[in-house]
Amino acid sequence: MPAMVEITNAEKTYKGGFQALKGVNLEIREGEILALLGPNGAGKTTLISTICGITMPTGGTIRVGGHDVVTEFRKARALIGLVPQELTLEPFETVWSAVRFSRGLFGAAPDEAYLDDLLKRLSLFDKKHSQLQELSGGMKRRVLIAKALSHDPKVLFLDEPTAGVDVELRRDMWEIVSALKETGVTIILTTHYIEEAEAMADRIGVISDGQLLLVEETASLMARLGKKEMRISLAEPLTEVPASVSDYELTLEEDGALLIYTYDTRAERTGIARLVAALAEAGVVISDVETRQSSLEDIFVGLVRKNDKEDAA
Amino acid sequence: MNWTAVWSIYRFEMARFVRTLLQSLISPVISTSLYFVVFGAAIGSRIDEVEGVSYGAFIVPGLIMLTVMTQAISNASFGIYFPKFIGTIYELLSAPISFLEVILGYVGAAATKSLFIGLMILLTASFFVELEVQNWPAMLAFLVLTCTSFALFGFIIGIWASNFEQLQLVPLLVVTPLVFLGGSFYSISMLPEAWQTVALFNPVVYLVSGFRWSFFGMADVPVAVSLLAIAGFTLLCTLAVWWIFRTGWRIRS
Repeated sequence: MPAMVEITNAEKTYKGGFQALKGVNLEIREGEILALLGPNGAGKTTLISTICGITMPTGGTIRVGGHDVVTEFRKARALIGLVPQELTLEPFETVWSAVRFSRGLFGAAPDEAYLDDLLKRLSLFDKKHSQLQELSGGMKRRVLIAKALSHDPKVLFLDEPTAGVDVELRRDMWEIVSALKETGVTIILTTHYIEEAEAMADRIGVISDGQLLLVEETASLMARLGKKEMRISLAEPLTEVPASVSDYELTLEEDGALLIYTYDTRAERTGIARLVAALAEAGVVISDVETRQSSLEDIFVGLVRKNDKEDAA
Repeated sequence: MNWTAVWSIYRFEMARFVRTLLQSLISPVISTSLYFVVFGAAIGSRIDEVEGVSYGAFIVPGLIMLTVMTQAISNASFGIYFPKFIGTIYELLSAPISFLEVILGYVGAAATKSLFIGLMILLTASFFVELEVQNWPAMLAFLVLTCTSFALFGFIIGIWASNFEQLQLVPLLVVTPLVFLGGSFYSISMLPEAWQTVALFNPVVYLVSGFRWSFFGMADVPVAVSLLAIAGFTLLCTLAVWWIFRTGWRIRS
């Protein structure tokens, strides 16, 4: 599949000297949904802004649909729709005048039928002549999406589409995004909710401190994130893992007083019950059990450390 | 050049004007009428004529200029400042357009609005005083040039301003005094000699003078100089806008 967006060594250093992007390389395939996952301040919005023309890259090249976003900005930007993080809308305009304005701004000829259909798809049609200030937050978000799609773009950027949105609306947004994917549009969204990335994306890119740490298929990344640890405190320290349980992924820590079992929460059987039974059979006395899941933050920290080590090597 | 985008911006801005048509027109018309009552009737009755023109008619070009300049500045500065303030500027920045389209759309709309208001004042004035325009093409040319150049100036202020106070600052502190001291309500020749020299440093003098010439055929400074002055001001604003366009100053980081 051809790359819709090609980012090569993209750098962004702001005037104050702050480096928001430190050489990002990324290829986004046509028709996929890519989630950029990262903590606040990681550079997600900067990366999107640099692709869309809100800020200018200070290094590297970015191409959208084969067009350079700096030298061929008209061609590149005509392919892009952007839904910003904040609900920024002219309060006194109507839904209709807002989407019509956006379409014209992107140089597309008026097409009432297309815009009507778009509003219907986003359940906005009965609000067509409502003033934007009268709409609820969820509706405003839909208007922003309608504006971004008004010129029928090939690539849609959604910056934190569910920030400050309640659970029900979040589900709603996920449905809208998957419906959009059906139309063939390439979607890039940013989020700091891992569940959101998992629910929507085909691939996930993890970004932290201006660097893209990894890009991976959602399923395989989730498998990594789905690991859980069971920490079994032992009444009597062991010198080695009993042979009868050597098939399990076990490590001994704290001079043999702690047995750690790593398992996959997604596996059909976690093997916990059998492990406990096997340990009892081997005469191991358990004093306490605790389980831990590696959080997104842990993953970030792990990835950043790994990255630093590679840098040092 | 993306003319569809220019037209979209222009129409969007004009729609705001039409939506608030009543207040956009009523306030300049009322304030003009007040000027006529105060300067034309109350004070003007004590001044017979200025260089052969009744005082009431004499102040009409100055009044139009005063309103047109402030309206062009405030419309254009607000037009571009508002998207910056509420954040919708993101859409202009991400659209496949250059600053040229943005300027044509916003400045064009602001100039159209102020031109319309200027003509409304002319119409209002014609109810108060007997008015004759000697040179219609010159009058319209001066009016259009002033609307355009001051809308450009307003656009620059709108880009520069980072809060609402700054948006008001330049019109209030610079433009209003310059217009009042620019011979809107008097002929420069009525000033003491030393002040006449000072007045020649006021760019508005040239605009009002040239504009008045198109009405009555008389001027404080030669018409050619007036034309040069307005052309110079337009050029200056265009250069400033071009520089903003080149550097993305205060718009794009």
